[in-house]
Amino acid sequence: MTMQSQDIVKRSATTRPSPSVRHGVEVAKLIDTSTCIGCKACQVACAEWNDLKEEIGDHVGIYENPLDLTANTWTLMRFAEVEPEEYEFDWLIRKDGCLHCGDPGCLQACPAPGAIVKHANGIVDFVSENCVGCGYCIAGCPFDIPRRSAKDNRVYKCTLCSDRVAVGLEPICVKTCPTGCISFGSKEQMKARAQERVGHLKARGYANAGVYDPEGVGGTHVMYVLKHADQPELYEGLPKDPKIATSVALWSGLKPFTAGLMGLAALGAFVHYFAVGPNEVEDDEEETGKTRAAPAASKED
Amino acid sequence: MSGKSKLIQRYTAGDRVNHALLALAFILAGLTGLAFLHPSMFWLSSLFGGGQWTQFLHPLFGVLMFVFFFVAMVKFWKYNLLTGNDFRWLGRLGDVMKNREENLPPVGKYNPGQKLLFWSLVLAMPLLLVSGIALWQPWFAPMFPIGVVRVAGVVHVLSALVLFLGMIVHIYSALFWIKGSTRAMTRGTVTDAWARKHHPLWHREMTSGEKH
Repeated sequence: MTMQSQDIVKRSATTRPSPSVRHGVEVAKLIDTSTCIGCKACQVACAEWNDLKEEIGDHVGIYENPLDLTANTWTLMRFAEVEPEEYEFDWLIRKDGCLHCGDPGCLQACPAPGAIVKHANGIVDFVSENCVGCGYCIAGCPFDIPRRSAKDNRVYKCTLCSDRVAVGLEPICVKTCPTGCISFGSKEQMKARAQERVGHLKARGYANAGVYDPEGVGGTHVMYVLKHADQPELYEGLPKDPKIATSVALWSGLKPFTAGLMGLAALGAFVHYFAVGPNEVEDDEEETGKTRAAPAASKED
Repeated sequence: MSGKSKLIQRYTAGDRVNHALLALAFILAGLTGLAFLHPSMFWLSSLFGGGQWTQFLHPLFGVLMFVFFFVAMVKFWKYNLLTGNDFRWLGRLGDVMKNREENLPPVGKYNPGQKLLFWSLVLAMPLLLVSGIALWQPWFAPMFPIGVVRVAGVVHVLSALVLFLGMIVHIYSALFWIKGSTRAMTRGTVTDAWARKHHPLWHREMTSGEKH
């Protein structure tokens, strides 16, 4: 982890507040899918900067390569041939990867203290040395992003190049993109830029153009400009109204409640011992073989 | 007149060994599980060599616990069927709590509290096993749809709660509350007076054939 501990505003499995003296500017990456040409330069740059090596796979006749995100592929170009309306063909390309949610489901589900952190600038990062390998973050993510490595039992995903951003550089995918369709800056700047792009697209006849910055997960620090913002599912299953699943919220919400009830039950037993006391076989019961029905006067206190 | 030293056999050596292994597996699965239940108990993972080890060991302890429980369940389910008397006993929980067993309907080998504990385990143990398999990284979790894994998380927490509440009552009763119980599981025998006081119908059954 290259950012300072003062930059962490949210930490997994941590009940006391995180350091919050800093009020860093929130950053965002904006991916304008309308100007992406699918060259995969970002994918290669990501592997190179992060020193990741994907296994050589098989070609199955589609453009995606590899076929899915993995522990070694943190960003992936996804290609979709769709008919947004009848008799209208469109070829949509989307750079998939972590969206760095304002309210990260992975972080909420994680049981390992400090294995997932959210920085003041909005970056959600996995701290591998604290990761226990339980995979709960995979269940917590509304976008199906984190991937577990079989080699080291840890889960990985895009860091938004937190190491580069910490020293004032843009993420490597942004630097590499030859068409300029990926841009990086403050979230406010990127929102303004996105609106500008949406305006252009609308002027060109894409009436449903819009920004993907879903409210349900507290907004994201990776946003998309979509020509068909009304149907994000067209872009290889981008969820329309993503939010942390009710079951995940229930799962993590029940845990403190459960721990509390266990504590209360143990306390109840403790109190019972001193209020009522143990139930012993009295000497007279032992010696005389009294019948059960005989009242034990000593207990009527 | 029954002698002071007269003992009644309650559990065989096999019962005791299985119970001891079950208890051990519960303690290990419980401690590793608590580490992931709440951050305040994550330090328990240090007892097992850290988070990575704890994540690896917890499901193994859990499966062992289920196996030993299953052995006990097959042998003891027939003694745990609820009878009409049991509901009257349960209606007088106040007397139970205040050690006034003379006011309670007579009890057989197990009292209704013990029986309910047994059936709550019959419910919780398979739920823990099945939900635990769906959560088990790396071997089984990837085989389940994400929605199933999420629901398994909820089920695992709730059934662990049932198990723990049952165990708190069970351990408190056996070790601290009902004196003379522990030896049933350590040495296999209880005193004649203990049996007569806490399980009069069972006592009659065990001593029928004998003169009083």
